[in-house]
Amino acid sequence: MAIVVYLETENGNFKKSALEVSSYGRKLADETKSNLYGIAFNSDEPLKIQKYGVEKLINIKTDHVFDAKSYADLLCKTFKDLEGTLFITGSSADSRFIFPIVSISLDASYATNVIEFPSSISPLILKRSAFTNKGFVFTELKTNYKIIGILNNSFGIFESESKLEVKDYIPESLESNVQVESIKEDEEKISIADAEIVVSGGRGLKGPENWNLVEDLAKILGAATACSKPVSDMGWRPHSEHVGQTGKPVASNLYIAIGVSGAIQHLAGINASKCKVVINNDPEAPFFKAADYGVIGDAFEVVPKLIDGLKKFKSR
Amino acid sequence: MKVLVCISSVPDTTSKINFIKNETQFDKSGVQYIINPNDEFGLTRAIWLKEKESCEVHAICVGGIDTDPILRKALAIGADQAFRVDINPMDANQVAREISDFIKDKEYNLIIAGRESIDYNGGMVPGMIATLINANYVSNCVSLDVDQSNFKATRETDGGKEEISGILPLVIGGQKGLVEESDLIIPNMRGIMMSRKKPLTIIEAKFQKLQTKTVKYEKLPPKGEVKLVNPENINDLIDLLHNEAKVI
Ligand SMILES: Cc1cc2nc3c(=O)[nH]c(=O)nc-3n(C[C@H](O)[C@H](O)[C@H](O)COP(=O)(O)OP(=O)(O)OC[C@H]3O[C@@H](n4cnc5c(N)ncnc54)[C@H](O)[C@@H]3O)c2cc1C
Ligand SMILES: Nc1ncnc2c1ncn2[C@@H]1O[C@H](COP(=O)(O)O)[C@@H](O)[C@H]1O
Repeated sequence: MAIVVYLETENGNFKKSALEVSSYGRKLADETKSNLYGIAFNSDEPLKIQKYGVEKLINIKTDHVFDAKSYADLLCKTFKDLEGTLFITGSSADSRFIFPIVSISLDASYATNVIEFPSSISPLILKRSAFTNKGFVFTELKTNYKIIGILNNSFGIFESESKLEVKDYIPESLESNVQVESIKEDEEKISIADAEIVVSGGRGLKGPENWNLVEDLAKILGAATACSKPVSDMGWRPHSEHVGQTGKPVASNLYIAIGVSGAIQHLAGINASKCKVVINNDPEAPFFKAADYGVIGDAFEVVPKLIDGLKKFKSR
Repeated sequence: MKVLVCISSVPDTTSKINFIKNETQFDKSGVQYIINPNDEFGLTRAIWLKEKESCEVHAICVGGIDTDPILRKALAIGADQAFRVDINPMDANQVAREISDFIKDKEYNLIIAGRESIDYNGGMVPGMIATLINANYVSNCVSLDVDQSNFKATRETDGGKEEISGILPLVIGGQKGLVEESDLIIPNMRGIMMSRKKPLTIIEAKFQKLQTKTVKYEKLPPKGEVKLVNPENINDLIDLLHNEAKVI
C-alpha cells in the first residue's frame, strides 16, 4: 500500500499546505507501515519536501496552463503508476476543483474538510467540519481507493527526515477542451485561503473610505483582508472578500473582526479560526460570545492605537 | 437551450445545529429548510437566460418527499418543470450518479449546481456530474455567458480569477456573483399560483450503493468566556496575542 500526497506549488515553490499535507501523510504512513509518495506540478525546489517525510516525488513538468480536467487526468495516471491506494490533498480552490474529477475517475470515496488525523484507520474514519463549522461529522470511506482533503491549518507541520528520490515526468503535450486565461489580482495581496491572519471589517466601519484601517492593520500583520456580507453587497469591498456561511470560509490562526456584529451566518464561516478577536462599540454584539479576546470601543479610536502598538511591537 | 438547475435542500442559515440518538442523527425538529443559497443564485441566473433566448429551465432535487416545498419554490421563482429523485441521499457520489443518470438522454446544454451545499459542505457534486457525463466543468463560478453552443465563465481562485471558455455542455458550481444578492427573484403571488400547475415529476432512485458512511456527529465544544481588554491599554491585547495565544 502507498499513500500519495498532492503537493501544491505556487510559482515553483511548495505552498504551506503542501507541507501540512506531507506531515499528515507521513504520520499515516508510519502508523500503517506504508510508503509516502508525492506528486507536484512544476516544483523548482523538489528537495525541499524531503524534510517532511516524502520518499519519492514525481515532479510533473508541463507548461500547460492549469485546467482541472488535464491536471486530474495526470494525477490519476501518476497515482496509479505509484500504486497508490490513499490520496491526500489540501483544500485550496484548485484542489477542490480537481479532486471531484479524480474521485469519479478512480472510483474513490472522498472526504473534504477533514480537520484531524483519522479517528480510526481500519475502517478509515475521518472527522470533518460540517454545517459550515456549526458541527462535525465522522465519515467512513468504504471504497478501495480513498481521498482525504484536509483543511488548511488544521493538522500542523511536522518535520521528519527521509531519503527522497525525485523523478521528473514530462507528459506528452496536453489537449484541453477549454481555454483558460488567468486574471491575477494584486500580486502582493495575501489570499484568505492561505492566510494565517485575517483582518475583517463590517458595516460598523461606516463606508469604504475608512478601509485604510483594515488595510493598514492587515499590512503590519501580514494578513489577508475580509469583510461581512452586507459590506460586499453594498459594493464597499469586492465579493472575493465576503466571508461567512455564504462567502469564503476562513480557517486562519487569528481572525480580527472590526465593526462586525457577529451574526450566526458570519460566525459560521469563520469559526474554524483558532483565535478570534472582536473590536466593537456595542458590548451586546453577539461576536463577544464567540470571540477569545474582545475590545469594547470605537473602532476609529481603537484600531489606530492597535496599529501604533503593533508597529512598536514589530520593531522590537 | 435546456438548462437543469440542481437544488439541494438545506437547513436555514440561522438554524441551530443539534444531534439526536446518541449523536448519530441530525435533529430536524424545528429546522426550516431552504434552497441552498448557492443554488438560489444559479436558479436566478437560469431564469435570466430564459428572458434572453428561448430556453427551458428544469430543477432537480435528489431527496425525500419533504423536499417538495423547495422544488415548488423553484417553480414559483420561474423554473418550468421540476423533478425529484425519490431517495434521501447519503453521499455526494450517490447524488451525482442519480442526476447524471437522469440527464443521460435529455440533452441539457447547461447544468447549474452550487459551489457547495451549506450542510455537508462537500463541494463535490457538480465536478462529479461533469466527469460522469463528460461535460466541461467550472467550479466557484462567479459569472457566466452562454450562446447556443459556447460558454464563457469566470472562476474565483484563491488569489484571483480565471476566465474559462469552451463549448457546451457545461456544468458549473455556482455562487454569488452569477447574480447579485439584490437580483434574487422572490416569488410573487402569480408565480406561486402558477407553480401549482407546473409539473413536478417523481423519479425512482437507482443507485443505492454508498461509498461513504456517516458514523456519528459531534457538536462544537463549549466556548470559554471572552477576555476583555480595556481600549485604553491596547498593548495588553498585543501582549495576549503574542504570549498567550501565540498567534503573532
Ligand atoms: C441567507 C443569509 C446568508 C448570509 N450569509 C452571510 C455571510 O456569509 N457572511 C456574513 O457576514 N453575513 C451573512 N449574512 C448576513 C448576516 O445575517 C448579517 O446581516 C451580517 O453579517 C451583518 O454584517 P455586519 O456585522 O457587517 O453589520 P451589522 O450587523 O450592521 O453590524 C455592525 C456592527 O458594527 C458595530 N459598530 C458600529 N459602529 C462602530 C464603531 N464606531 N466601532 C466599532 N464597532 C462599531 C455595531 O455595534 C455592530 O455590531 C447572511 C444573511 C442571510 C439571510
Ligand atoms: N440532494 C441533492 N439534489 C440536487 N442537487 C444537489 C443535491 N446535493 C447537492 N446538490 C448540488 O450540488 C451542489 C454542491 O453540493 P455538495 O457537493 O453536496 O456540496 C449543490 O449546491 C447542489 O447544486
